[in-house]
Amino acid sequence: MEVTINNIRKEFDRFAALNDVSLTIGSGELIALLGPSGSGKTTLLRLIAGLDFPTSGRILFGDEDASRHTVQERNVGFVFQHYALFRHMTVAENIGFGLRVRPAKSRPPKSEIRRRVSELLEMVQLGGLEKRYPNQLSGGQRQRVALARAMAIEPRILLLDEPFGALDAKVRKELRRWLREFHDRTGHTTVFVTHDQEEALELADRVVVMSQGRIEQVGSADDVYDRPGSPFVFSFIGESSELPVEVKGGTVLFQGEPIGIAGERDGAGELFFRPEDVALVDAPDALSGKVTTSRRLAGTRIVEVDIANNGHAPYHVEIEVPLHAPVELGADIRFRPSRWKIFTKS
Amino acid sequence: MAEKGRSSFRNPADESFAAKGVLLFLTLAYLALFLILPLASVFIEAFRKGWTDYYEALVEPDAAAAIRLTLTIAAIAVPLNLVFGLAASWAIAKFEFRGKSFLITLIDLPFSISPVISGLVYVLLFGTQSVLGPWLKSYGIEILFAVPGIVLATVFVTFPFVARELIPLMEDQGTGDEEAALSLGASGWQTFWHVTLPNIRWGLLYGVLLCNARAMGEFGAVSVVSGHIRGVTNTMPLHIEILYNEYNMVAAFAVASLLALLALVTLALKSLLELRFGAGAAGGRH
Repeated sequence: MEVTINNIRKEFDRFAALNDVSLTIGSGELIALLGPSGSGKTTLLRLIAGLDFPTSGRILFGDEDASRHTVQERNVGFVFQHYALFRHMTVAENIGFGLRVRPAKSRPPKSEIRRRVSELLEMVQLGGLEKRYPNQLSGGQRQRVALARAMAIEPRILLLDEPFGALDAKVRKELRRWLREFHDRTGHTTVFVTHDQEEALELADRVVVMSQGRIEQVGSADDVYDRPGSPFVFSFIGESSELPVEVKGGTVLFQGEPIGIAGERDGAGELFFRPEDVALVDAPDALSGKVTTSRRLAGTRIVEVDIANNGHAPYHVEIEVPLHAPVELGADIRFRPSRWKIFTKS
Repeated sequence: MAEKGRSSFRNPADESFAAKGVLLFLTLAYLALFLILPLASVFIEAFRKGWTDYYEALVEPDAAAAIRLTLTIAAIAVPLNLVFGLAASWAIAKFEFRGKSFLITLIDLPFSISPVISGLVYVLLFGTQSVLGPWLKSYGIEILFAVPGIVLATVFVTFPFVARELIPLMEDQGTGDEEAALSLGASGWQTFWHVTLPNIRWGLLYGVLLCNARAMGEFGAVSVVSGHIRGVTNTMPLHIEILYNEYNMVAAFAVASLLALLALVTLALKSLLELRFGAGAAGGRH
């Protein structure tokens, strides 16, 4: 099921939680909504589900205007952050709930419900736990029960709110892989919300990076990491350093001095580069600073450098250097970004 | 913990044996003096002249009428406050609106003002000097010094019990479960019936038990509006007072023992619930 989001705006007490958001989600895609808290990602998910209604704009499921339909009519599978399992019902009763509450004419017979429930339990690898209550399950098991319950109604799309947020690191990794397999097997259009970029980049076909109620960039993991479209995306995804520069005649100047790299548009801007995209050089036109700390990280060394700033607090930059590079604490070090991006202020 | 308390390393929150003993003794002595002794004396006094007199005192027409009236009042007031309590706590816990804290304060009002005043309010509202009273009377409806007045006063005095019990419970639970049920296709009514109600059932039951105990035992407010007409508008507590004032000790204590028994049954029921569904279950948390 293709989902189209058209110019959605959502206000809470005059505060715009979402501001003119548009997005098309392809059928069978696995999409991550990634952003810091308060970026509007959960609001967007709830709007797609019909748990909230937009102030303006439309949401289409295929060609059908979903904004006109209630949450019940939309037939979406929603997995809540804290699972929201019904604590007084067994696992089987939880999963069968969506089928049992159907109106009499579309409700499957009891035996059929039972069959479907055990089928779903097998699918989420929890066979044999039918009679358990939610409080007798581990976090990972609860998560999978919540997923099975959402799948039981044969949803048109699957929505997950911070699906791994409440789990410990190891279980999170396992479930992440498992969800990817599950998605590939069932082929449901799936949207999940996360603030964990590693999770988003690893799991999703496309990542929607959000900030302050707007979509900053939509793209594959490679796109958002290698070709960040905005200063926010550059600093939010992965590690990066940021320096104020000026571009004059195609040359990049830092504190008025050329640093040996080229810029396209003239004017003041922000230079962004990643720690791994840096080369140590022995030339006058380069960035230079004092090494403050140095730490070994697997196959490389991470060096923190303070660049003097005319008596103000120094700029703090992190770079990755080869293990054999001669780096001394307190010594000066010269380097140039080998890959960078400049966002010029218009 | 292996050395059975002889260790010099004590749990910092623990107290010495002597301190525990003193605290325990004080509590028990206090309870015995102010709770168990009076309660026991009620029963002893009631049975002073034997079973026959006890029985006679209860089946005597005025006493029987008082018992019937008390049960009727509770049967009306408790369901009313059950519905009101549910509605109020639902509104407060699940919706955001202006004046919410004011509403909560308002619900607490009957707890904070003297029951006598609650009764007087109804006298002012429906008395012969009021506007409403004579008007209703012209249609043949009696509020004051009749059963409707007693019901009103009782409802007023007991309405916080259910709401007070449910508001923190429902606020704590939030709306996640309801949203889950709705997203699975359940209607509003199905969601209430299959999800919300089961989630709050023990808190609700506990609130109802407390509400019922108070509805049957209320004296002050009811005394003001009842008019003390024997066999007609006398509830059990009022009947006990009358008997007491007439120095009819056995009868007074016989009816009193019945009322006390009710409190004990309520208490036992609550303990049973806690035993059956784990500590805290009957107190409100799921």
